[in-house]
Amino acid sequence: MSEINNNYEKSITVNGLTKRFDEFTAVDNISFEVKRGEIFGFLGPNGSGKSTTIRMLCGILEPSGGNASVLGIDVAAHPEEIKQHIGYMSQKFSLYDDLTVIENLDFYGGVYGLKNDRLAKRKDFVLEMAGLKGREHELAANLSTGWKQRLALGCAIIHEPEMVFLDEPTGGVDPVSRRNFWEMLYHMAESGTTLFVTTHYMDEAEHCHRIGFIYQGKMIALGTPDQLKQQNMKGDIIEVAIDTSQEALQAVAGAPGVDEAYFYGATIHAKVDSVKRDVQAIEKYLKGLKFKGFSIRAVQPSLEDVFVNLIQDIR
Amino acid sequence: MRRIRMLAKKEVIQLFRDRRMLPLLFVAPLLQLILFGYVVQTEVKNIGIVLVDYDHTAESRAMVEKFTNTGYFKIEKRVNSELEMPKYIRTGEATLGLIIPKGYQDAIKSGRTAELMLVVDGSDATIGVQAQQYAAGIIAARSQAIMNNRLNSMKAITARVSTVEPRVRVWYNPDLRSVNYMVPGLIGMILTIITTIVTSVAIVKEKERGTLEQLIVTPIKRWELILGKILPFVVISFVEIGLIIGVGMLWFGVPFRGNIFLLLALCLAFLFTTVGQGLLVSTISRTQHQAQMTAWFFMMPAVMFSGFIFPIENMPKVIQVVTYFVPLRYFLVIVRGIFLKGVGVGALWNQVLILMLLGVFIFGVSVFRFQKRFVD
Repeated sequence: MSEINNNYEKSITVNGLTKRFDEFTAVDNISFEVKRGEIFGFLGPNGSGKSTTIRMLCGILEPSGGNASVLGIDVAAHPEEIKQHIGYMSQKFSLYDDLTVIENLDFYGGVYGLKNDRLAKRKDFVLEMAGLKGREHELAANLSTGWKQRLALGCAIIHEPEMVFLDEPTGGVDPVSRRNFWEMLYHMAESGTTLFVTTHYMDEAEHCHRIGFIYQGKMIALGTPDQLKQQNMKGDIIEVAIDTSQEALQAVAGAPGVDEAYFYGATIHAKVDSVKRDVQAIEKYLKGLKFKGFSIRAVQPSLEDVFVNLIQDIR
Repeated sequence: MRRIRMLAKKEVIQLFRDRRMLPLLFVAPLLQLILFGYVVQTEVKNIGIVLVDYDHTAESRAMVEKFTNTGYFKIEKRVNSELEMPKYIRTGEATLGLIIPKGYQDAIKSGRTAELMLVVDGSDATIGVQAQQYAAGIIAARSQAIMNNRLNSMKAITARVSTVEPRVRVWYNPDLRSVNYMVPGLIGMILTIITTIVTSVAIVKEKERGTLEQLIVTPIKRWELILGKILPFVVISFVEIGLIIGVGMLWFGVPFRGNIFLLLALCLAFLFTTVGQGLLVSTISRTQHQAQMTAWFFMMPAVMFSGFIFPIENMPKVIQVVTYFVPLRYFLVIVRGIFLKGVGVGALWNQVLILMLLGVFIFGVSVFRFQKRFVD
């Protein structure tokens, strides 16, 4: 059914892509590529230009400059053509609450032009994948969040798109459902579907093949999770298990040799030039401030550490 | 085509599952029709009279009888003194005070001018004016009759007295039944309310839910989206038109003298303006609640300035200018014309033309805005 040429090497090619709204530049001259069958994580704080980029790649927002092609189709020249070949799933799980599971699938299937045998086969596939067999006639409103999420993904891929955009697909979903969901994404990627995922869960980011980090409209880091950790971390990370009060944070931040400190779960992470050199001085300093019963250890930098430091460098 | 069908089908399923929307669509119009049919009666009947008859003669009783025989008046209270009269008017039991002074019959018999005193409650101007007009008419008729009697009895007289008597013939609605022009008007009213609110809410609902965002990234084109969402409601509107016409004719006995197909075609033209309004409201509103409020904000002046209840001729000049931009104004002329006068396009062409121009304008603007807003 696909009329696009299957010779494309890259699922996404973006070159100097820019979007301006009046004075405000939402996306500023970004460039990257996504290979076929890759899970590409697109990260960044809220308002950094993630959604704007996705909208341009989906052909619903015209770029102000640069160019981008998805599955070999230029997004500015043929925005309508792209839509048949991509899937899109948003944080809102855009299902019709007052339709049943099967009616939702019928609707989206019909919208993508699926008919008869193919529609039946795809519906069956999605129900199987989402574990919704036997619940076909339940209203979407009555499904719990995890099921809704899987049904939303099912609706987004009912037409077997070669490329799927997922805009914070795991927002508000419990950890078990998140794990299941990522399992589904891996399966899809293995069978050749390219996935473009935004998330702000850093543990999810670690699951991506490659990551692009966007901040204030600019792409400030690009690479595999390992590459990012190696290339962008100058210095070491220490973890201080102390308490989560502002006093503790300020104390750690003020300790000698600490570039910066931030909460990390129930602990505080601090960036130092060298663990060997600084750790004892910090311990002494904190004891001097009457802090007791804390421990300090060196840790491998996580992606979160990498991004905190990247943003700090820009500021 | 298939995509439009999918959208329309989805819309219908959703509609029939919506326990609040369905009654609004089918029960509300009928209820309105029946309410308006009975309540909005502009002719006044059974106006209460408080009677003070000091004369107590055959002539005074004949006068009172004339009042009650018309059906416009009924004697609410007979009192012996005009001092007792004001309290019945103050409490609203009676609108008209009729005082027949002593010597009324004598005056007539002796050929002098007899006087009657009428007190009208003007606090409700509509009833007051009508009561006064009816009363004046009744008294004039009686006066004429008395004069004729006298002339007849004076057979000897040779000179004739000339009079002018109006012979009024009311066309199209001979009994001046208000229901006859309210029911056709209601078609316009109900179409306005239903399609404006329902169209806007149906679209804003998708916006609120996030499904609109999803639909934009599917291959659905914008015009397909608009058409798919609107089509079910247009069909429903026609079902309602049929319902109103049916109930109006069978229950209220409203005559239908024109061409039904012409009426339906022009209803479609009118729907362009109301659905366009709904679309416009959907581009302004973010939530269903906002949409409903905004829709009412649009509809209130439309109903007030359309001539549905208040005659445009009575409005101040400035407001009259405003009414030229109200589509319902033209549609009311059309629908009443077809219903009661049985006229065709020949008599209505200017109304039809303006209605269509307004339709193209309103629909065009809202589709344009809808397209632009689509991505925001």
